[in-house]
Amino acid sequence: MGSVMSARLGIDLVAVDSVRAAIRIHEERYLRRVYTDAELRDCRGRNGIDPDRLAARFAAKEAAIKVLRPGSEGLALTAIELKRLADGSVEIELSGRAAELAAAAHLTDFAVTVTHEGDYAAAVVMAQGLSNPRNSPIMRS
Amino acid sequence: MTDEIRQIIERHARLSAPADGLAVDADLYEAGMTSHASVSVMLALEDHFDIEFPDRMLTRGVFESIAAIEAAVIQLRPEAALQ
Repeated sequence: MGSVMSARLGIDLVAVDSVRAAIRIHEERYLRRVYTDAELRDCRGRNGIDPDRLAARFAAKEAAIKVLRPGSEGLALTAIELKRLADGSVEIELSGRAAELAAAAHLTDFAVTVTHEGDYAAAVVMAQGLSNPRNSPIMRS
Repeated sequence: MTDEIRQIIERHARLSAPADGLAVDADLYEAGMTSHASVSVMLALEDHFDIEFPDRMLTRGVFESIAAIEAAVIQLRPEAALQ
């Protein structure tokens, strides 16, 4: 029996206050280590960097990591970028090891959604991948 | 070094209970550390021990306990084990 398409889902929730604290304590080093230049541009407004928008991006990165399943070898958070498109929708762009993991697992059709409520931001990431049906829980019994 | 790591966890991991009572092998994520807080812990460790975690070490396992963090710091800066 060959491989079949299956969905992978990842979700993450981030307290905006923890992002504010990280900016206050670690300043630019935190921003540069976690976010891409484009993400930082997207999150800068008239009043400086917006922690709400950063929190949504961090949640998207962590949700994507749950989809990519990197195992015992980590990856840079900047290898996963949340892009805001002209129509207001968002998409995930992968580079470096994140792109390698996606290719190795034959992951395609990444989709992402982010939301804010009060002092929290959340993201869900989904991708289609190939899996061996013998590894499926419903095939084990 | 264990005490220094414990202090960093107390300040940056945003645990639901004080880090004083944590066993060195206690799971920090089960104790309330989020993935975002683990980034803050990593940056504070880098500052304190003058090290830099390479991308390959940015895994849940490296930051899951005081003992795991201590092993990682020693791997990056062996002389820290003698302090």
